[in-house]
Amino acid sequence: MRHATIMMGVLSAALLTSTPAWVQQAPAITSTTVELPSGDQLFPGGSDADAINNNCLACHSADMVLNQPALPKAAWESEVGKMIKTYRAPIDESDVPAIVDYLVKTKGKT
Amino acid sequence: MAHHQHDARTQALSRRTLLRTMGIAGLTLASSTAWADGSIRLPIAGEPRERPLTHEFPQKGDMILQRTRPPLLETPMEVFDRGVFTPNDRFYVRWHWAVIPTSVDAGSFRLTVRGHVNQMLSLSTDDLLKMPRVELAAVNQCSGNSRGFFSPRVPGAQWAHGAMGNARWTGVRLKDVLDRAGVKSGGIQVRFKGLDEPVVPEAPDFKKSLDIDHARDGEVMIAFAMNGEQLPLLNGFPLRLIVPGWYSTYWVKMLSDIEVLDRPDDNYWMATAYTIPDTLHANITPGQTGVKMVPISRMTPRSFVTNIADGASLPSGANADIRGIAFGGDTGVAKVEYSVDDGRTWQLATLGEDHGKYSFRRWQTNLPPLAKGGHSFMARCTNLAGDVQPAEPNWNNSGFMRNVIEPLHITTT
Ligand code: HEC
Repeated sequence: MRHATIMMGVLSAALLTSTPAWVQQAPAITSTTVELPSGDQLFPGGSDADAINNNCLACHSADMVLNQPALPKAAWESEVGKMIKTYRAPIDESDVPAIVDYLVKTKGKT
Repeated sequence: MAHHQHDARTQALSRRTLLRTMGIAGLTLASSTAWADGSIRLPIAGEPRERPLTHEFPQKGDMILQRTRPPLLETPMEVFDRGVFTPNDRFYVRWHWAVIPTSVDAGSFRLTVRGHVNQMLSLSTDDLLKMPRVELAAVNQCSGNSRGFFSPRVPGAQWAHGAMGNARWTGVRLKDVLDRAGVKSGGIQVRFKGLDEPVVPEAPDFKKSLDIDHARDGEVMIAFAMNGEQLPLLNGFPLRLIVPGWYSTYWVKMLSDIEVLDRPDDNYWMATAYTIPDTLHANITPGQTGVKMVPISRMTPRSFVTNIADGASLPSGANADIRGIAFGGDTGVAKVEYSVDDGRTWQLATLGEDHGKYSFRRWQTNLPPLAKGGHSFMARCTNLAGDVQPAEPNWNNSGFMRNVIEPLHITTT
C-alpha cells in the first residue's frame, strides 16, 4: 500500500513538471475569426413586452430571462434593480413597473 | 480599445436604439430558434426545463443553449461518458459581457504584465512559446454548475451538471511570467483581465484576482493549448489562466492583462459577485441574513453517473455496468463508492487511470442483479483530503458549490 502511494506521488509530480521543449512540439497558434449568433430574438407577448424589449436586450439575449425559474415579485424587482444599479443598465425609471409586471405575469410565483 | 470591440459595443447599443425606434419590425420572436438541432429536457428542479440543442456556435458541436448572447453553452451529459477528457468542441462556454472580440490576431496579440513590478512586460504568444512549458490535466467547473437543481430556485444560469469539463492544458507557469517582470515587495495580489468588455462602458469590467502566493505556487498557469490544440475562441483563445482546483470564475479567458496589486482587489467581481457564505459547504437557510461572505475558491468532490440517465429501466436478473466520472475538487480522488440501499451500505467502485489530482477520474462497477422495482443508485466521491460528498444539498442565494450526492432513480423490470 505504501509502495502504491509513493508510486502515485511520483506520477502526479511527473504530470506537473515541465517537459524539455524538445520533447513537445510547439502547438500552432493561428489567428482566429468567428461569427457569433446575434441573439436578437424578442420577448414574446406583443405590446405587453414593449418595455422589456426596449430595456432588457442590450447586454444579453431574451433567453437569459426566459430560462429563469418562476420567482416572487420581490425577487424580480431586485433583479431589475440590480441591472440598473450594478450593471448600469440605461433604463427609464418610468418603464420599471411595466417590466416588473411582465416578469411577474410570465414568470411570477407567489 | 481594439476596433472590433468598438464595433461590438456600438452594435449592442444600437440594438437598443433600434428597438426603441423600430419596435419589433425586422426582429424575430424568441420562440423561433431556426438553427436548433431539436431540444433537450434538463432534469433540473422545475420549469422551464426545455433547452434548444445547437451547433450554431463557432468551433462547437452540439451544445445545450442556455443563453445566446453572450453565450452560455452547456455540455450534454453523454459527452462525459465517452472519455476522461472533454473534447474542445463540446467544452462548455460561459461569458459575462457581450463585447467579445470575434477576431484575434495571433501576431499582434500582447499580454501585458504591469502594476507593482520592476519591469512592465508586453508578451507575444511567440514569447510565451519560448518559455519553459508545462502541461496539466484539470477540471474547469463553473461556480454555479448544477444551479438548476437548487430548491428554492435562485436566479442565474439554470445549468444542469454540464457547466464543467476536463482538459489537458499546456502553457507556461504564471510564476515564471511574474518572475520575469519581477514582483516588487509589497505586491499582495495579482489581478487578471481578458479582452472582453462590458456593453456599457461604466459597468464593472470582468476582473479576477489571486493572492500573490497562490499566483506564484508554480501550478497556476497561462495556457495556450487545450487537449493539444489552440483554444477555441469561446474558451478563451489565445490565452487562458488555469487555476487548478479552483472554480472557473478565476480562469480568465482571452487573458490580456496581468496587474500586480499592492492592495486587496475590491472590484465588484471579487468583493460582491462570486462570494459565498463562510460556512460548511457554503450552506445557509433560505432567507438567512447577516452571514459573513467570502470569495469563492476551492472546488469540492463530485461524482456523476454518465452511462444511464435518471429514470432509466434496467432488465432484472442481469448484471448492469454502471460507470461515470468523479473529481476530488482541489485534490485527487481517493475513492468512489456506490449504494443501492439509500446510503445504508456502500461498495467500492473501480477507478480508472489517474491523470493527476486535478483531473476527472473515470469509475465503474458491475452491479449484481437488483430485485424488481424501483431503486436509487448513489455514487459518492471522497477526495485525498478525506472530504466526502454530503447527503444533503447545500443552499445559498447564488446557487454556488453544489456537491451533494446525486441519486439516480432506476427501475428494474
Ligand atoms: C447594462 C447591461 C444589462 C442590461 C441592460 C440588463 N442586464 Fe440583466 N444582466 C447583466 C449582466 C452583466 C448579468 C450577469 C451575466 C452573467 O452572469 O452571465 C445579467 C443577468 C441577468 C439575469 C440573471 C440573473 C442574475 O442576476 O445574474 C436576469 C434574470 C437579468 N439579467 C434580467 C434582466 C432584465 C429583466 C433586464 C431589463 C430590466 C436586464 N437584465 C437588462 C447586464 C444587463
